[in-house]
Amino acid sequence: MEQAIIHIENLKRNFTVGSETVRALKGVSFDVKEGEFLTIMGASGSGKTTMLNILGCLDRPTDGKYLLDNVSIASLSKNELARLRNHKIGFVFQSFNLLPRTSALENVELPLLYNSKISSKERKSRAIAALEAVGLADRMGHTPNQLSGGQQQRVAIARALVNDPVMLLADEATGNLDSKTSYEILALFQELNQKGKTIVFVTHEPDIASLSKRTITLRDGHIIKDIIIDNPKSAKWYLENLPVNDDEI
Amino acid sequence: MAMARNKMRTILTMLGIIIGVASVIAMLAIGQGSKKSIQDQISSMGTNMLMIRPNSDAPGGVRLDASSMQNLTIKDLEAIQQQCPNVALVSPLVSGRGQTIYASKNWPTSIQGVGTNFLEIRKMSIKDGIMFSEQDVATAAKVCVLGKTVIENLFADGDSPIGKTIRFKNIPFKVIGTLAEKGENTFGQDQDDIILTPYTTIQKRVLAITYIQNIFASAIDEKSSDIALKEITAALRQSHKLKDSQEDDFSVRTQAELISTFSSITQMLTILLAAIASISLLVGGIGIMNIMFVSVTERTREIGLRMAIGGREIDIMFQFLIEAVMISIAGGIIGVALGITTSYALASILGWPITITSLSIILSFLVCFITGVFFGWYPARKASYLDPIEALRYE
Repeated sequence: MEQAIIHIENLKRNFTVGSETVRALKGVSFDVKEGEFLTIMGASGSGKTTMLNILGCLDRPTDGKYLLDNVSIASLSKNELARLRNHKIGFVFQSFNLLPRTSALENVELPLLYNSKISSKERKSRAIAALEAVGLADRMGHTPNQLSGGQQQRVAIARALVNDPVMLLADEATGNLDSKTSYEILALFQELNQKGKTIVFVTHEPDIASLSKRTITLRDGHIIKDIIIDNPKSAKWYLENLPVNDDEI
Repeated sequence: MAMARNKMRTILTMLGIIIGVASVIAMLAIGQGSKKSIQDQISSMGTNMLMIRPNSDAPGGVRLDASSMQNLTIKDLEAIQQQCPNVALVSPLVSGRGQTIYASKNWPTSIQGVGTNFLEIRKMSIKDGIMFSEQDVATAAKVCVLGKTVIENLFADGDSPIGKTIRFKNIPFKVIGTLAEKGENTFGQDQDDIILTPYTTIQKRVLAITYIQNIFASAIDEKSSDIALKEITAALRQSHKLKDSQEDDFSVRTQAELISTFSSITQMLTILLAAIASISLLVGGIGIMNIMFVSVTERTREIGLRMAIGGREIDIMFQFLIEAVMISIAGGIIGVALGITTSYALASILGWPITITSLSIILSFLVCFITGVFFGWYPARKASYLDPIEALRYE
């Protein structure tokens, strides 16, 4: 059961800026097993974003090993990386990145458009199922500007789920949301994790880290902490115990 | 998808293509139309017709006007009849201009002395009455056949000219027939302003000459006109006893030559019009390119997202390329419709002859497709080369 989804060994990533070489990652190693809920934390400049890009197969390491679901990234071409992203990764972004003036259903269908094996009929039924899973079955025809921030992020999560990826990769996915909505979204992530989805959540908010099962903290391109949280708190609990909104009083 | 989201912009972009295609279609329709109308009119004079006239010779260095040359005679006509198997009919022509008088009315026109075959060679026909006969030719009878314009100018409405006597240079001619209307020819000449009479009558009674001015002949069919031309040239050279070193003292022209001359002129006109119209198509194409660049920049994040969720470079490229081609093809369809409408409007308002060929429509679509691909290529490529990491963070 506990198979490694991600295997990272001595990962390095250098950038050349002018004549200087910036070493964003200086040899990072860790494994992520199936069913984990991992948060990657770090201040800006810690290498967090570079880590996210490599995890998301948008960027390739300068040196070191990265196996995603037993596939080595280093040797893949651009097109093969695109295919891998399409099949194995579900992205959730801070700013949702939904197509404007396009219905929620069409937005969710989008990743499947790049998979020629899926018929239009299957595409639609899978998109509907994904929207139902995030609790938006009644909003399929709505365009992003008719949806609240929280609902938009749910559509984005449905889009990430629709191709049944091995890992959900979230980049500050609650960064644009108020705290109540953030907890709602995190509750959704926890629920998905309980159903077996592997989640990697990149954030700088310690609150969120406390809801995950494991936290890796980066600083200056190194892992400085790797903590397993045995009994993560429930986002639902937070929701129920939120201070009363004083605007309404 | 994106096109529907930006309706106004898409329509404005299309407008360039629409105007370009519409003008190409309309210009080609006008060009082809005038070409066809000239061809039709020349053909209506008889495509197998040949005209023989004396050449300006230069005796003593003084070139004489061709019509004053006197080297064509009835003997030449006989020579052609006997020696040219590909010539079906021949008729001489002698003509004079002058005032025609009937009762209190008069009309300046040309009287043409011809053979009985003339009508058939020129594709003319008798409307009322009869054509003069060989007998009339032999006796130089003072009979004539009138064209419509002459009748209108000499006779009161509804007054039948047949049986009446008109006077040309004080010589009375009895009207025995009228000609069916032919209208104006390509050059604006009224083909109905004509009086036909036996050529012998003109020779003996009007001009007092023995030579003939022109010979009209017809080849047995259109294809034979070139052979007929060679046969006539040979027959006339022999009849005129020309040595090999001497130039022809006559010239033979076929209608085919005339058609090809005019075709090449109208062809040039068509090409010129199409070229001008193509420039607007080019401008339309640049409009597409411009708007595609704007669209790529505006949708940088969308491109980043599409790449992140599995869109390959080629997928992104095709997305934008298809968009550009769709805009240009849609513009093309509307443009063709507008072009056809414009052409028919011009035809009905200005009375210009138009011909819309399926070739021009197919060509327009093809050009639209190529325009879309050509001008969509670079922006699409730019989109596909974006780095997904940067594109996703683009503000």
